Amino acid sequence: MTGKARITLTVNGEPFEAEVEPRMLAADFLRDELGLTGTHVGCEHGVCGTCTIMMNGVSARSCLMLAVQLDGAEVQTVEGLGTIRDMHRIQEAFHEHHALQCGFCTPGFLMTVCDILESLPLRTDAEIRDALSGNICRCTGYDHIVKAVRTLVDERDGAAS
Amino acid sequence: MTDATPFTRPKYVGTPVRRLEDPRLLTGRGRYAADIQLPRMAHLAIVRSDQAHARIIGIDTDEARALPGVIGVFSAADFAHVPDIRAPSRMPNYQATSCPVLARDVVRYVGEPVVAIVAVSRYIAEDAAALIDVDYDPLDVAVAAREASDPAAPRLHEDLESNTVFTRRFSAGDCAAAMDAAANTVSGQFRLTRKTSMSTEPRAYVAEHDVGKDVLTLYGSTNVPGIVRDAIGRLLELGGNRFHVVAPDVGGSFGGKGSLYPEEVIVSDLARRLERPVKYVADRMEELTSGSQAFGEEVEATLAFDDDGRFIALDADILGDVGAYSIYPWTAALEPVQVAGFMPGPYRIPHFSATVRGVCTPKPPTGPYRGVGRPMAVFALERLVDKAASRLGIPPAEMRRRNLVNAEEFPHRTGSGIVWDRSGFQECLAAACSAVDLTALQAEKASRTDKWVGVGIASYAELTGIGSRIAVAPGMPMNTGTETAAVRIDSTGAVSAVFALASHGQSLETTLAQIVAEELGIRPRDVAVVQGDTALAPHGTGTYASRSAVIGGGAATNAARALAVKVKRVAATLFGVDPSDVQTGDGDIFVPGTNHSIDFPELARLVYSDMSTLPQEARETLEVQETYDPVFGTTTSSTHVAVVEIDPETLHTSLRQLVVSEDCGKLINPLVVEGQVHGGVAQGIGVALLEELKFDDAGQPITATLADYLVPTSAEVPDIDVVHVETELPDNPGGFRGMGEGGTIGAPAAIANAVADAVAHLGVEVNSLPITPNKLHALIAAASRQEGQE
Repeated sequence: MTGKARITLTVNGEPFEAEVEPRMLAADFLRDELGLTGTHVGCEHGVCGTCTIMMNGVSARSCLMLAVQLDGAEVQTVEGLGTIRDMHRIQEAFHEHHALQCGFCTPGFLMTVCDILESLPLRTDAEIRDALSGNICRCTGYDHIVKAVRTLVDERDGAAS
Repeated sequence: MTDATPFTRPKYVGTPVRRLEDPRLLTGRGRYAADIQLPRMAHLAIVRSDQAHARIIGIDTDEARALPGVIGVFSAADFAHVPDIRAPSRMPNYQATSCPVLARDVVRYVGEPVVAIVAVSRYIAEDAAALIDVDYDPLDVAVAAREASDPAAPRLHEDLESNTVFTRRFSAGDCAAAMDAAANTVSGQFRLTRKTSMSTEPRAYVAEHDVGKDVLTLYGSTNVPGIVRDAIGRLLELGGNRFHVVAPDVGGSFGGKGSLYPEEVIVSDLARRLERPVKYVADRMEELTSGSQAFGEEVEATLAFDDDGRFIALDADILGDVGAYSIYPWTAALEPVQVAGFMPGPYRIPHFSATVRGVCTPKPPTGPYRGVGRPMAVFALERLVDKAASRLGIPPAEMRRRNLVNAEEFPHRTGSGIVWDRSGFQECLAAACSAVDLTALQAEKASRTDKWVGVGIASYAELTGIGSRIAVAPGMPMNTGTETAAVRIDSTGAVSAVFALASHGQSLETTLAQIVAEELGIRPRDVAVVQGDTALAPHGTGTYASRSAVIGGGAATNAARALAVKVKRVAATLFGVDPSDVQTGDGDIFVPGTNHSIDFPELARLVYSDMSTLPQEARETLEVQETYDPVFGTTTSSTHVAVVEIDPETLHTSLRQLVVSEDCGKLINPLVVEGQVHGGVAQGIGVALLEELKFDDAGQPITATLADYLVPTSAEVPDIDVVHVETELPDNPGGFRGMGEGGTIGAPAAIANAVADAVAHLGVEVNSLPITPNKLHALIAAASRQEGQE
């Protein structure tokens, strides 16, 4: 391919500069160029939600974006959420409720939950289910994921769980 | 013995231990095959057939070869040294197909691999793929199985006598005479369309050849690493000490990653030839068009019963659309023959006959999918049970109660030859029905006009943890009935438990650790469960067919028990007491009521390093390897109840309630069991309402994206109530029954019965799944036209 574009971005608080082909997918850039393989690719056409990242504070599908679109952006991936020793509360809630099995869709769900906890009231379980419906999980049947999110919403709202 | 013993057993088995695999998966630190990056790694892209059935006239690869960054372009002739993949069978009259790793001369389904391209990046490999020109001469197609089964239909394999690759008959009693004499019969033609397992992780493989040591390693998203090792080892003439298959973290399978794929052979062979690592990652379209598919079956069945509703005879004619090739190792018989095998269900049916045929069609091969055969069998039978109940005006639950095998009647041999051991058939029915207010629902059904409400029940039994006397796939000449556990204490006192299993979401790192911890007297987090690597276990086939808890768990129980005996013997020598006085718990080895106590690191030091404290004969080998074979299998039973509401305007079916009661023996981890049931039911909802792979008349797939192939999201799946029923524990070391597939077995039939109940007043029956709004609309329109004509 002709020409490469220079991009500057912040990923999980760390600044990066890179030369990328204009056609390179954001997901491939994060995974193959930066080695952040926690962001997974499930369908490459924006349906399954597995590749969800946070970009400038809102969730985005990294399989539907090009790396050049990340220029100037502040990106957060699952690696920036918490660590094995110090998990983020969302990760803990998924752990407590057995809200993952194979774990492949999990990073996408976690990033979506980051977004919806900030942006939506999620008063009922039906609202939680609706908010999660852009992410496909084939293992859990969603039940435990909804319970984990319910716990997080109750904590956010100061309700007794 | 004193009463002061601080440990009560069981301590870990049966408790909701949090998963040990979670932290890495939650933090993006898991390692799936597609995450693997190796120095000098090359990337594979595949040109696939865009024709359902055609002769290859020529392949022009010149432009692709000339593209900078392309390392090699390979077609069938470049794999002449690799034998075709053939799945043998012991079944009489079975015709095995020959599947080359890249299509040779003829392509037989859209999506079949034709050309392999290796380049320095996946982007360039795909650029090169676009430059390849394959010239095809289209051949005639018979896309539907019934059409293909006609002796005059175009033959897909010229070397076979017909498209029908096997026919098998089952018979018990005198079905024909019993049918003739019966007071009542109900019949139906039932169909499950093709679907696919659609794990969220697409298949991915990386092969690496250590040239110096001449060791080839295939990292792959597979749930059967042992089977892949043995098969590719045979095809490429490699011993297991020179060829390893490693299943790292695997993102679900549900059967789709449970067969040998040509791509696995291709990357393995090319990594050796090119002397550099080769990686292949399927995209979603490749998954939807070349991953193994499920079902594709039609069942024509008749159930005979007396005026009290007691079943007398069942006859079934089963036609399986097995696709272009007989999948390795399971064979084309895997699905359709098991439909016949499980057709009699959990009921007493004295007379049974069935005919099963498998027919090759120009579509991707069918292979294992969660439930194998059982979802189709249960759907057909449970629809017939409801039709029989309706005929006699008996409530569906009562109809089942009258016919389910009773507690005192076990073991019960079905007409197809399966033997049910004691399991909670009646207990599950009662438990599920009592969780739903059937009376209130009947009243609501009658009074509601804004929604059509329906209730459906499905009861089933399945054979799990199948031992060496029964082929998991009928006729398959391969032992899938044993697994081995090697449990060892190393010189640091740490415990490892090594298995040939391959967890891909089943939580085996936790549940097997619970078992070992329980038996050995340590904590689950102190056990490292090692699995999914053929270099570490001489034999074992993997995780599928609801076998790992029963067979792997059985081996773990026996091995850890035997190791505990050794531990106690060593400690008894040290303490100067009888081994029976020694106990273990939470990492301590002690004699209750005394100050005799050491921990595992101290025990290991005494045995491995301190050559003076213990006499030589007391320094035991702190390792036990046990192979467990259940010989037959154990019966898991369940009843599902579904409550649906259908919007009369949009014909959208929504699930209001779904109850599952199951008897899976002793629960190792209730959270894990619930998770498995929930996930299985969600896939059952997909079977019932959404998931369908469609092909046009030319055999072109028209559901090649997730916008066309719909799977359940959180908005379509209701809360699922799980009721655990424990009757007599089965006769295996842990008292476990398999339960990984059950959710997908019962839910489709329960939902179908619920939808049928909701639309019964319109004269509509539900005989084909998925039952989508479009199909429901067509059925209702046809029924009202018919009514108009009468």
